[in-house]
Amino acid sequence: MTDHTDSQTTQTTDTARQSELSVVGRFIKATELDTRMLGMIGALLLIWILFDIFSGGLFLTPRNLWNLSVQTASVAVMATGMVLIIVTRNIDLSVGSVLGFVGMIMAVTQAEILPTYIGFDNPFTWIIALAVGIAVGAAIGALHGYVIAYMGVPAFIVTLGGLLVWRGAAWWVTSGRTVAPMDSNFRLMGGGPAGSIGEIASWIVGLIACAAIVAMIVSGRRQRKRFQFPLRPVWAETFLGALGCFLVLGAVYIANIYYWPIGIVRRHIQAGLLEGEATTIFIGHGVAIPVLVAICVGIVMTFLATRTRFGRYVFALGGNPEATDLAGINTRWVTMKIFIIMGVLCAIAAAISTARLNAATNAQGTLDELLTIAAAVIGGTSLAGGVGTIAGAMIGALVMQSLQSGMVLMGLDTPLQNIVVGVVLVIAVWLDSLYRRAQH
Amino acid sequence: MSLETATQPLVEMRNMSISFGGIHAVDDASVDLNPGEVVGLLGHNGAGKSTLIKILSGAYQRDNGEIHIDGELATINNPRDAKGYGIETIYQTLALADNVDTAANLYLGRELLTPWGTLDDVAMEAKAREVMGRLNPRFQRFKDPVKALSGGQRQSVAIARAILFNARILIMDEPTAALGPEETAQVSELILQLKSEGIGIFLISHDIHDVFDLADRVAVMKNGQVVGTARTQDVDKDEVLGMIILGKCPPGATPGPGALSS
Repeated sequence: MTDHTDSQTTQTTDTARQSELSVVGRFIKATELDTRMLGMIGALLLIWILFDIFSGGLFLTPRNLWNLSVQTASVAVMATGMVLIIVTRNIDLSVGSVLGFVGMIMAVTQAEILPTYIGFDNPFTWIIALAVGIAVGAAIGALHGYVIAYMGVPAFIVTLGGLLVWRGAAWWVTSGRTVAPMDSNFRLMGGGPAGSIGEIASWIVGLIACAAIVAMIVSGRRQRKRFQFPLRPVWAETFLGALGCFLVLGAVYIANIYYWPIGIVRRHIQAGLLEGEATTIFIGHGVAIPVLVAICVGIVMTFLATRTRFGRYVFALGGNPEATDLAGINTRWVTMKIFIIMGVLCAIAAAISTARLNAATNAQGTLDELLTIAAAVIGGTSLAGGVGTIAGAMIGALVMQSLQSGMVLMGLDTPLQNIVVGVVLVIAVWLDSLYRRAQH
Repeated sequence: MSLETATQPLVEMRNMSISFGGIHAVDDASVDLNPGEVVGLLGHNGAGKSTLIKILSGAYQRDNGEIHIDGELATINNPRDAKGYGIETIYQTLALADNVDTAANLYLGRELLTPWGTLDDVAMEAKAREVMGRLNPRFQRFKDPVKALSGGQRQSVAIARAILFNARILIMDEPTAALGPEETAQVSELILQLKSEGIGIFLISHDIHDVFDLADRVAVMKNGQVVGTARTQDVDKDEVLGMIILGKCPPGATPGPGALSS
């Protein structure tokens, strides 16, 4: 299966390179689409189709795609931060352990500390627990960042230490005891029928996203016009807008045709929340809340990385640290800020995974650091620094999760799953290096 | 000399010293620079020219010595401080962020922002086109990361960055090293233009021919020490070469601590 994946990617990139004047080449030039990103999306689609064939049609179902989106959310959130870290030639090996520790802190806050003060199921419980988690995550990130940037210890060592320290600390909070259950509002962040926004709200979110896509294209065109820069042809702009809207609305449609399981519908009927025959009631899940959270994080991080001074400094720092310093930029503070952001993202990911599990265990997030790094690297982040995109890393997370969940559906043994994931990671990075070399 | 006493020096570096692991890279060096003056800083590779100038630009921290700007004691501990005094530097290594485009490099650390506090890329690119158009009219590759540019183009970007922000003191470390004859002539023209605007320029080179015709004065360094300073009208090229190679101070020059005592 991996062979198919890489031959497909090679093909896509090869055609993109050779066809300077061909139809495809002109199309890509006019739309200014990123060929690397296209290759990755092509690979993802191929993985999906192959899994669907090999699992006997179990993969490309609304139910599996919806689950896939929820399972990807936590790693995708952390991958957005890992991009900035790897772009600046650092690494963070501690994100899985930080996730475990912060998850434990949030769980203890809402299940054991807050109830003695404000009672069970207080409407503010979830937000207090989340705020505590984010504050702890930010503090851990600040500590890592300070030691790395101001004390000059390599990030690899600091976060390797962090990997051990925070895993140990997660155990220490409750002496290894699992904490459950979570607050009912907090649990919404983990998805499930209740943790999805429903059909109507999903359509509304989808339409807002479409409006935003169109607005972005129009304002980009206006900006270019203002300074008389070359414009994309109108057909290319229209195509991009239509494609964006189609993808958004298609995703919403799929989330909406994944209906509530019949057991939950029956329970709602028994509780008097619904009326009618269980077999005739179809309630779509709609987009899951953790997915919305991940998308929002992706948008905010993309904005940070591409539209702000901070983001500009992050990439300049990755390209040439000395030059960035000589340009008068406080590179240490920039580095520290990156790790603070990573800590906050770990906290958000911890909230998603704790809520989804409805419990906090001290093994939570084990090996997530590797998934996160793999997602960023598959998504095109260069370990040499200076190159990477947030969207790419999120698609990388989706690729990693697709592989895992597809192999589970195919009934592959866990050791074999690990072998495949490892091989795919190496091949993906090798292909990427071939692609980059071919571009110069 | 009457001119120098009448106007206050723009920059005075007094008794500068810096050492790296026991080696005196710069040893008790003093140089000064007046407004609208070009001072050529000459010497062999490893003579300490770049190190001395990196102290002024804030890249290195001195062990000893004082920097005076407009006659007042200046505190320069990092590149930000130096830029605050209007000191702009074109480094020998160019110090460009290779992975971002020309406009991003020109405005690195001083980005133009929209009213919402976001990067105004379009405005920066427009301004970059204007500045680069003056310096290197054929330059068109504004969307490419600077690592994709030729040596000469990269050098133009580094020069454009230094003159973009109304520098008062310009440090040029081997500014024409990667340039062809035509671009070198353009840079010479630029130096004369900036000089006429009252900007003080330190021009660093190991090649006397680059500097002699443009400079008002030369300061020669050898083994981290100043051999001497001289007005270019008082000495000839051979005498300056003697200063560079032998450390011998001709009669027209003011000897420094590094001068050969004969």
